[in-house]
Amino acid sequence: MSVVVEVMPKPEILDPQGQAVLGALHRLGFTEVTSVRQGKRFELAVDGDVDEAMLMRLEEAAATLLANPVIEDHAVSAAPDA
Amino acid sequence: MRVGVVTFPGSLDDGDAARAVRYAGGEAVGLWHGEDELRGVDAVVLPGGFSYGDYLRCGAIARFAPVMRSVVDRARAGLPVLGICNGFQILAEAHLLPGALIRNDVRTFVCRDQALRVENATTAWTSDYEAGRRIVVPLKSGEGGYVADQATLDRLEGEGRVVVRYVDGNPNGSMRDIAGVCSEDGRVVGLMPHPEHAIDSLTGPGTDGLGFFTSLLTSMGAAA
Repeated sequence: MSVVVEVMPKPEILDPQGQAVLGALHRLGFTEVTSVRQGKRFELAVDGDVDEAMLMRLEEAAATLLANPVIEDHAVSAAPDA
Repeated sequence: MRVGVVTFPGSLDDGDAARAVRYAGGEAVGLWHGEDELRGVDAVVLPGGFSYGDYLRCGAIARFAPVMRSVVDRARAGLPVLGICNGFQILAEAHLLPGALIRNDVRTFVCRDQALRVENATTAWTSDYEAGRRIVVPLKSGEGGYVADQATLDRLEGEGRVVVRYVDGNPNGSMRDIAGVCSEDGRVVGLMPHPEHAIDSLTGPGTDGLGFFTSLLTSMGAAA
């Protein structure tokens, strides 16, 4: 079973990477794109059922290590196995 | 005075930090990231570099290295700790210092001799300066933008915990031109610029950075 953790810079935090990507998109002609925010996606394979308890536990992992709550938001969710 | 200098995988400036400790008259003691033993040191320097390849976030993995467990515990009990550049990022990740460091707003790595103003000359690492003193030390970082929420910034300013501020232009988008901050007790200091590279005119822009290291010896000597 697997769990997905998505991490994004908080809206009020500057995202220079996203800005650089936006600039490149515009140079390529994708001028309809008006904003880019770049985040991270973690795919965690876990031993055991992805139940509420597992998600709670991995929420702690996300808040402790995968995301820095000072500058990033995160979301933990169950993912269907590929 | 025994001053520990931690080496993480990817540390670059541990050698210069140890040299700065010796220039100031202290004994530099090498500490290894994988051991939780602090070898009886009286203070710790977390040097610059790219610990663990800056994977995940700068300092995010180093923060959980065995040596950091001991450093965090002892720092909470008053052990003086100086985090320089990557060391500052590690201290922020470890929540020993508030805020975080993000990618420079200029989107490029910045490497230059940087002017700073010493705002707080009462910390364990800055007591040999006079408040308001202008110093020049190298700055070399890609993720040096200091950010924190407005309430935290106001609290830091109100409590005099902005230790050094960029002058003559903000190089990286740091909020309120903040280059370094300290803990409530003024014993844990983190800054992005590199005072350890400015201790000898032969190898740096001057000797303005040496005061960080002599301050420690002065303040610890006074405490003993």
